[in-house]
Formats: sequence, C-alpha cells, structure tokens
Amino acid sequence: MYYIDPHVHMISRVTDDYERMARMGCVAVSEPAFWAGFDRGSVDGFRDYFRQLTEFEPTRASWSGIQHYTWLCINAKEAENVSLSREVIAMIPEFLNRPGVLGIGEIGLNKNTQNEATIFREHVDLAMKTRELILIHTPHLEDKYKGTRMIVDMLLEDDRVEPERVLIDHVEEHTVRLAKEEGFWCAMTLYPVTKCTPARAADIIEIYGDDRIMVNSAGDWGPSQPLAVPDFIQEMRRRGVPDSKIMKVVYENPLEFFSQSRNFQFDPPDTFPMPREAAVD
Amino acid sequence: MAGAMTANEILDRLFLEMRARILELAASFDRIDRADSDDHLGEDPRPSQLRRANDIVNSGRYDRAEQVQMIFSDPYQAGWNRPD
Repeated sequence: MYYIDPHVHMISRVTDDYERMARMGCVAVSEPAFWAGFDRGSVDGFRDYFRQLTEFEPTRASWSGIQHYTWLCINAKEAENVSLSREVIAMIPEFLNRPGVLGIGEIGLNKNTQNEATIFREHVDLAMKTRELILIHTPHLEDKYKGTRMIVDMLLEDDRVEPERVLIDHVEEHTVRLAKEEGFWCAMTLYPVTKCTPARAADIIEIYGDDRIMVNSAGDWGPSQPLAVPDFIQEMRRRGVPDSKIMKVVYENPLEFFSQSRNFQFDPPDTFPMPREAAVD
Repeated sequence: MAGAMTANEILDRLFLEMRARILELAASFDRIDRADSDDHLGEDPRPSQLRRANDIVNSGRYDRAEQVQMIFSDPYQAGWNRPD
C-alpha cells in the first residue's frame, strides 16, 4: 500500500531509512523544522538548516523515489530566546516560495511558557500574512493537555485562522477531541513509550472516525521508528479494516491537507520518476 | 468507523499480551514497594498517580485511556489568555 509519512525528521535519519521506507510503500514525506538537540546560536544557523531542508533533503529523498516536503519555523524549545526567534521569523519568508515548502511548522508549545506563547502567536501572524498552512507541535506527557488547550485558545482568538488550514499534531486520547471539534486537522504520532502506539491510534480512529486525521512516525534523532506508519497499516489490517479505509488515513488525508498549499506539487506514484542513479552521481 | 472484530476475537488476540502487561505492572509495583520498605517515596506524587490510573483500568468505563491520560496531565486554567 502506498503511504505518506506527514511528519518525519529525515535530516536526522540515514539514507538507508529512505530506502526502507520506500520499500514499505512510502511515496512522500513532510519534514517540519524542529530542535536539533541543542539551541542554535544565530539566525544564520537556521538559514543553513532551511537550505538543507529545501535543497539537499528533497534530492536525497528522490534517490529512493520519495517526494520530500517541508515546514519552516523556530521550534518551541528555542522560542525561549525571543530575540533570536524574531530574527528567524523575519528570515523565514526568504524560503516560503521554494518548491515543497508547505507552510509554517512545527510551531507550538513545549513547557507552556509565556515566551513560547508569544512566539507561537508571532508565527501564526506570519502564516496569516503570507497565506501559509500551519503544522502544530503539542507538548509531551503532563504538559500536553494544558498546552493543547492553550494552543486552541490562541488559534481561536485570531479570526484570520481557518481551522481547515491548520494541523494539530501529536494528539492522543485526551486531546484529539479538542482539535477535531474546532474543525482543525489532527495527527497521531506513533512513538515508542511517550506518544501513541499503532493499536491506540487505531482505537482513536475507531472512536473518532477517519476524517481530518492522519498518522506519522515523527522519526528523529531520538528513539523512534521511521517505519511506524506501516506498523499502523498492519494493525488496521489485523482488525479487518479494508485497505480502502486505511488508505484514506495514510495517503488520501495527507494529500487533501497538503493540497491546500500553493507549493504542493505531487506526482502520483505510478508517474513519479526514479532519478536515483543520476542523483547519486 | 466501527471495529470489524468481535469482542471474542479481540480478546483471543490480546489475552496473552494483556496478561503479560498486567504481570509486568504487578511486578513493577512489587519492585518499588520492596525497595521502599521505609517509605522514602513519601511525598512523591507518582506512585499515587499510578494507583489512581490502576483504579480507572479496573473501572467499567468506556473512556479508560482518556481518563488515565488526564491523571498524568497538568491542569488547564480557562481564561489564561484573557487580560486581568
């Protein structure tokens, strides 16, 4: 089955992971900007990071026949440095018209602080002024419920925000309703220990339906599984869910959401070329 | 989207896995208690959270996973974004 991983940090993964994902049916990924494991010291550090996301990663993905898309921001962990955050937000428009840039993300909250909220609102303002989609990170563990509610509050206080152009990520049993009831898209992250398992994600689909929802691996430099979406597909198949229903969650829904971006040009898998040998040269 | 499997089919599939997990949980509680014979954990809220979560698992609710999540969640204050 073809699938899209709508949230995976491939910059942290090896080329072999692209190849394994392609063999499991992955035809496209979207890669939000995130925390590198350390706080970057300057706006030029982010400029180089955005070049990597928009120039080299699409090339590397294409070697395995995978189409690569990206999102740009300064993440919530680094948002505590408000002055640097503002420099990065001012620089982001340099990249917004590059091919494959889907919007602003993954913005959000980490420890639910006032500085994080300030920078979140300023990212939303940029997205509204430049007509971008938004991809939102919700906090981990004990911070998630409070942080998700704060994020929804901030989105609702800005009447320029169109919920169907916003994806709230990392939802779990206690936050999925908050996102869906307000008309936002949402995604579940299949992550060892700290987020959702494939079985719990399948439960959430059973309870809340398969509209405006997707699943991702959020594979990164920490303990994570870039093949988590195929694990979810297998869990759904074991439950007797027909492939057409599974495909809606892992392929059609990401396509529907991404298609709202002016920079989303997608070649369906039966037409996408495999330029691997030329690219390796 | 309703599940395609019957309750019996789900139980058949999950029984050994659930048995293993509940044993692991029981052994983990035993391990903590064995190491805490003089009550060093005292004020630590986490054992209490785990026991409250265990109570929810044993309840007859249909939203156990959501309720367990709430036990491990910080409280939200409505109106946090409104000026005083």
